[in-house]
Amino acid sequence: MFEVGLSHYLTLGAVIFTIGVVGIFLNRKNIIVILMSIELILLAVNINLVSFSIFINDLSGQIFTLFILTVAAAEAAIGLAIIVVYYRNAGTIRVEEIDKLKG
Amino acid sequence: MIAHAIFFYIFSFIAIISAIMVTTSKNTVHSVFFLILDFISISCLFIMIGAEFLGMIMLIVYVGAVAVLFLFVVMMLNVASQKNTFFKSTHGSRHIPIGLFVSLIIFFELIIVVGGWKYKPDLINSINLEISNISNTHSIGYVLYTDYIHLFQISGMILLVAMIGAIILTYRKREGLKRQSYFSQISREKNDGVDLVDVEKNKGVKVDV
Repeated sequence: MFEVGLSHYLTLGAVIFTIGVVGIFLNRKNIIVILMSIELILLAVNINLVSFSIFINDLSGQIFTLFILTVAAAEAAIGLAIIVVYYRNAGTIRVEEIDKLKG
Repeated sequence: MIAHAIFFYIFSFIAIISAIMVTTSKNTVHSVFFLILDFISISCLFIMIGAEFLGMIMLIVYVGAVAVLFLFVVMMLNVASQKNTFFKSTHGSRHIPIGLFVSLIIFFELIIVVGGWKYKPDLINSINLEISNISNTHSIGYVLYTDYIHLFQISGMILLVAMIGAIILTYRKREGLKRQSYFSQISREKNDGVDLVDVEKNKGVKVDV
């Protein structure tokens, strides 16, 4: 219980990952919260990589976390730009009302 | 060791609770606040476990850039004013209590980490790598710029492409806006700008603007 090991960190990562996935599924409000859930999922992956890197004594995990951080920042920028453009055209970003591809 | 466990449980509890709040919060601005709290808690965990560089980068990139970008977009799109059954009207003052709450927790976490680190170094015993005589940042620098230099440059290209893409997506041409045209300014000749006219006596010149 009081000996914090690798499994504790992995459990934390798994919990946050699950919360992110559930947030994507259950979200009925707007796309921005879905993007935030994706950020949560990436954060969980980062927790896993960093804890493995520390406990296995290998720096590669931290390097990969750095790259995931880069990709997450790029993804957030592009995603938010798409949301801004969509809001400008359609006037809404509510999840239920975005159904143009339904045909 | 017990202090390490207690801190781990505190930070992970705050992280999980704020992750739940991100997904279930009615107000999008509150979601962004809790996202910031989540990132700060996780970066405290990273600093505790011994990955100081990543913890700090996490603060800079996520809290400083990504979360502020989210907040900016949420405020700009005025999502709250859309007809939503969950909340009726939004005034700026409604965000203040939750913002104060989040920042209080963040302050508390920072006190824990900095206090534990500075005044009692053995309180948080971070697990160091084998090469423990150099710091975490130092060792990442050794590896990042040698073994992973290509990946590093490719990630730079990803950032460049993302920046260009975001600018092109949101760029909007507006009508009736006067812009500077460097080319026509520089390539302007004397003949285009100056017109010499012979003025007749007692007649004057008609100037067309």
